[in-house]
Amino acid sequence: MAAATARYSFGADEHVFVEISEGMSLEAFFKGMAITDALAKRKVPGVTEICPANASYLVRFDPDVIRPDDMMALLQQLEREVGDAGLELATRIIEVPVYYNDPWTRGTLMRFRERHQDPNATDLEYSARVNNYPSVEAFIDAHAGSPWFVSMVGFVAGLPFLFQMVERSKQIETPKYLRPRTDTPKLTIGHGGCFGAIYSVRGAGGYQMYGITPAPIFDPAQKLPYFRDFMCFFKPGDIVKYRKIDRAEYDRMTAQVEAGTFDLRIRPVAFSLSKFLADPAGYNKQLEEILHGH
Amino acid sequence: MAIEIIKPGLATTVQDAGRPGYYNVGIPLSGALDQYSFRCANLLVGNDENAAALECALLAPELSFDAPAIVAVAGSDATPKLNGAPAPRNEAFAVKAGDTLAFDFMRLGARLYIAVAGGIDVPSILGSRSTYGLGAFGGFQGRKLAPGDRLPIGIASPQAKAGRKLPADLATPLPKETELRVVPGLYFHRITDASAETFFADTWAVAPEADRIGYRYKQGRPLQWRERKQPFGAGSDPSNIVDAGYPYGSIQVPGGVEPIILHRDAVSGGGYAMIGTIISADMDKIAQMQPNYKARFVRVDMERALAARQDYRSLLDRLRTALT
Repeated sequence: MAAATARYSFGADEHVFVEISEGMSLEAFFKGMAITDALAKRKVPGVTEICPANASYLVRFDPDVIRPDDMMALLQQLEREVGDAGLELATRIIEVPVYYNDPWTRGTLMRFRERHQDPNATDLEYSARVNNYPSVEAFIDAHAGSPWFVSMVGFVAGLPFLFQMVERSKQIETPKYLRPRTDTPKLTIGHGGCFGAIYSVRGAGGYQMYGITPAPIFDPAQKLPYFRDFMCFFKPGDIVKYRKIDRAEYDRMTAQVEAGTFDLRIRPVAFSLSKFLADPAGYNKQLEEILHGH
Repeated sequence: MAIEIIKPGLATTVQDAGRPGYYNVGIPLSGALDQYSFRCANLLVGNDENAAALECALLAPELSFDAPAIVAVAGSDATPKLNGAPAPRNEAFAVKAGDTLAFDFMRLGARLYIAVAGGIDVPSILGSRSTYGLGAFGGFQGRKLAPGDRLPIGIASPQAKAGRKLPADLATPLPKETELRVVPGLYFHRITDASAETFFADTWAVAPEADRIGYRYKQGRPLQWRERKQPFGAGSDPSNIVDAGYPYGSIQVPGGVEPIILHRDAVSGGGYAMIGTIISADMDKIAQMQPNYKARFVRVDMERALAARQDYRSLLDRLRTALT
């Protein structure tokens, strides 16, 4: 069995917090997924919440049912048992249409310009510059050009955090706003630090804003076909590929959403972390073929 | 039968024992912030202690009833007025069709619970009738109440009767200064030894930004972070971490300036280091703190946290024995 290397800490009497790694990496995320999956399968009495995150996870438990020390010991045992086994993931790839540089996020970012690092540029212009892209168009092509892993769902209901599936040197990194906005349009595509996000509901936010998707991702009324199972669409481990759309397509899709006929392109995929790490660009091309193949 | 909202108060919502099990997709526990007072109100009117009731923050609502009912009010100290005449707190009383229930201002405490025999009969979503405001679902149409809302009431139990009274020693304590017990941990190692001292030594006051999501505290000395090269993906501020799950009751200190304690409508995760967690037995106390009430954070270990949890359970058992 492998050694336990994660850091374990109690969140008072009802939580164990486990930091797999201080920094973000796909390896840390996969290890957290493997441990939390193994824990869920055991159906341990007293465990009330199992929340995988980017490079950590959180478990909530009832200490009247399972003693805190026993809870932590079980998680340490699972870490040793899982070892490096969790490198394969049966998941799905989803195409998310994005209207980049749209009028709604642009209008919102102008209202909060005094909270931004660069009040004289848009979020896209600023992000393109700090990531050394020659133009906004080239930056958007990079953003939409490779897939993203959903590495955490949360903050608010159904909001995915996404980690770009490229070599670290190519990863988009941007600071968050100096002070968070009090408003973000629903379904904004955002980015902060090394993480992307899709804002599932309207509300406060500190990520740079790049565009908007017509596809709802959280719906308590579960109206569209892809909400059949649950009101939150995304799950940790999902793979997302953005596709650029224009205003006409955005309007057409929005009308389909309102009519209840809109659906997402979703394909099952068996993801291998080792194959991806060996050749990210080649592997991403295969993922694209799975998404658009017959 | 139904209750009609005449004036909604500041933030009145339908809440019950909460909605565990969906925090992994960002849907928080929700439910009454002060579970003890909420249970008092329900047991006084003969309800199941988890029945849905009204939670009122800082300014209570004005309601009218379209049929006779048994009602009880528990939690913060605001005198109920039934058709303008004082009605009891912590005691079940009868209302008639057409009666109006209003309240004086809250002298002490911040959350008042109004239970009606039969419970508030809104639809149960994912196993709970609690309102989750950010997600706009649960409770009454997923939001705080507004004038003209009509809340359906369930069928009262045969146990419902006027005059059932809470023994005085079981009433919710409503101090203006509170000790909140903390188990240090999570990212506690990120603050300096000096800041670890001042955090527990200083007196903190509740800031105006205090709601069901979180309670912000001010007036203590800012916290300093240990020097480090920030890990990949964590963000540039020393109070930033790679976005992680936030425990209920966890204390984050953005920029090291004002601690925020997450409560039952918590955002489920984010990128601010948490330096410890309020013990489960003290979460109700936070709900009764008005802006400017004072808190001291008291460092405890797991053993004391579990002992306090046992005391809280014993208190609930005494409450059930006294009222059933």
